[in-house]
Amino acid sequence: MKKETLLNVALMTLLLAVPIAAWIADEPFTITLATRVVVFAIAGVGLNFALGFGGLVSFGHAVFFGVGGYAMGILAYHAQTYTSLLEWPFVIEGTKSMPVIWLVAIIVSGLAALAIGTLSLRTTGVYFIMITLAFGQMFYYFAISWPAYGGEDGLSIYVRNGFPGLNTMDPIQFFAICYVLLLIILFGVHRAAHSSFGLMLRAARQNEERVQAIGHIPYRLYLTAFVISGAITGLSGALFADLNRFVSPTMLSWQTSGEIMIFVILGGVGRVFGPVAGAALFILLEHTLGGLSEFWQIYLGAILLGVVLFARGGLYGLLAGREVAHD
Amino acid sequence: MTDPILDVRGISKSFGGLRASNDISLDLRPGEIHALIGPNGAGKSTLIKQITGGLVPDSGSVHFDGQDVSRLSTAARARLGMGRTFQISSLAMDYTVLQNTVLGALGHRGDTFRFFNHVMTDADLVASAQSALRQVGLEEFYNLRTADLSHGQRRQLEVAVALTLEPKAFLMDEPMAGLGAEGSRRLVGFLDTLRQKTPILLVEHDMDAVFALADRISVLVYGEIIATGSAGEIRSNPMVRSAYLGEGDAA
Repeated sequence: MKKETLLNVALMTLLLAVPIAAWIADEPFTITLATRVVVFAIAGVGLNFALGFGGLVSFGHAVFFGVGGYAMGILAYHAQTYTSLLEWPFVIEGTKSMPVIWLVAIIVSGLAALAIGTLSLRTTGVYFIMITLAFGQMFYYFAISWPAYGGEDGLSIYVRNGFPGLNTMDPIQFFAICYVLLLIILFGVHRAAHSSFGLMLRAARQNEERVQAIGHIPYRLYLTAFVISGAITGLSGALFADLNRFVSPTMLSWQTSGEIMIFVILGGVGRVFGPVAGAALFILLEHTLGGLSEFWQIYLGAILLGVVLFARGGLYGLLAGREVAHD
Repeated sequence: MTDPILDVRGISKSFGGLRASNDISLDLRPGEIHALIGPNGAGKSTLIKQITGGLVPDSGSVHFDGQDVSRLSTAARARLGMGRTFQISSLAMDYTVLQNTVLGALGHRGDTFRFFNHVMTDADLVASAQSALRQVGLEEFYNLRTADLSHGQRRQLEVAVALTLEPKAFLMDEPMAGLGAEGSRRLVGFLDTLRQKTPILLVEHDMDAVFALADRISVLVYGEIIATGSAGEIRSNPMVRSAYLGEGDAA
């Protein structure tokens, strides 16, 4: 087996074993930590689709994370207050059903990515970073100043949304839902990375001129990747909101965009399982260093600096070597 | 005479006060190799860019396969059958030789927006890629990373990728550069057979190759074509001799 495959299996096994052990030992807090890792990993896998495969350094992925979160928050809020989301021209009721909420989160964040991508992908490099950041701030301030859904205070959801046949309030069962979703997404992203689209997209990242010379337009590839990326991150936002039973504008802040980017960079840009490793390391550091000092992010910054300077491939680059191009 | 596949009609391009292209007309007919030569800074690259769509001429037009393509993008011109190789190798450097060639075959087939099936196991694409690699003599290097290829091998790969596009005409920008005597000789032999199927507009500094291959030669000096003719005519043209060949080895 290849080193990278081995690492993937080890990582996913560990991520499953820790919460199961915690479940047996009756430590729900550890299960919640593991669930956070899984949810952040999904957000990172989403960003990695644009950043890693398409070279699109989006500093605005909090938009999709937050839009997914608010999709959950708004639907559940109307369901728990027995009000309609929309009464005219047709009635839309809220819902407490996770699958419906996920679908809405994916569609709405995908549409947001389509709108933002259509405009911002006309720019490249640092301008692209700035324009995605600007969109992020627009959404952030919009959420703060929108009193209908809590404004700055956010929205609390009293009971976690439901999934047919499962008790989602049980931490281990909610973890299982998130874990299975992560597996499905990883499988899909792995397939896409090696598909026709993936080959062309990764070629565009390396050399746009080459892609044009064989008759293709990089913009269309980038936009498609950006929409898929936004939709995946949107789903993770809905799960994150459900995990906390709370949505607030913080989910849309630029710090959130930065954290999602940190998962990708720590784990290894362009590696399918990289963001999983990155999110796990991030939560581990937050938890252990956070216990030592209130200012744990100073250490996080130092580690990030080390990764960028000395281990550009992140954890995966360090442990599995350079990506094998011909798999 | 058959209609030319590529017909450049009176294009001009200026950058500020510099006239990089001055009323240039040239054509490429089926079955021929038409070489474009000229000293450094004559405007060859500027001309190629206007033909392939990277630059818009100030005036004049480019017709390809009977169609005015002057307003089309690079990608659209490539889809119409303009197969191009670059002066400075322009490949996906992290990909293997085979991946780069499959990429070309995929570009030609056009069904890029497929997200699920493993592209490197697509038998048609791989077969077409391998056939192209065989024609340029790179088949045994298929699994090398492109960044690890020698300069000359990258030139060969450029040609292989262009072959997978099954173009109606080739625009080759210095394909011999850096090939060495043996590689150059092999490529000359290959282009010689290729012209029957697909005509080639060849920009080249290697004069031996040009005089061995070209049916017609156009000489570009300071943005103007000063002569077009057979190898013999160009050799004996006094203007060409003073402007170009007299300067010694311009390469």
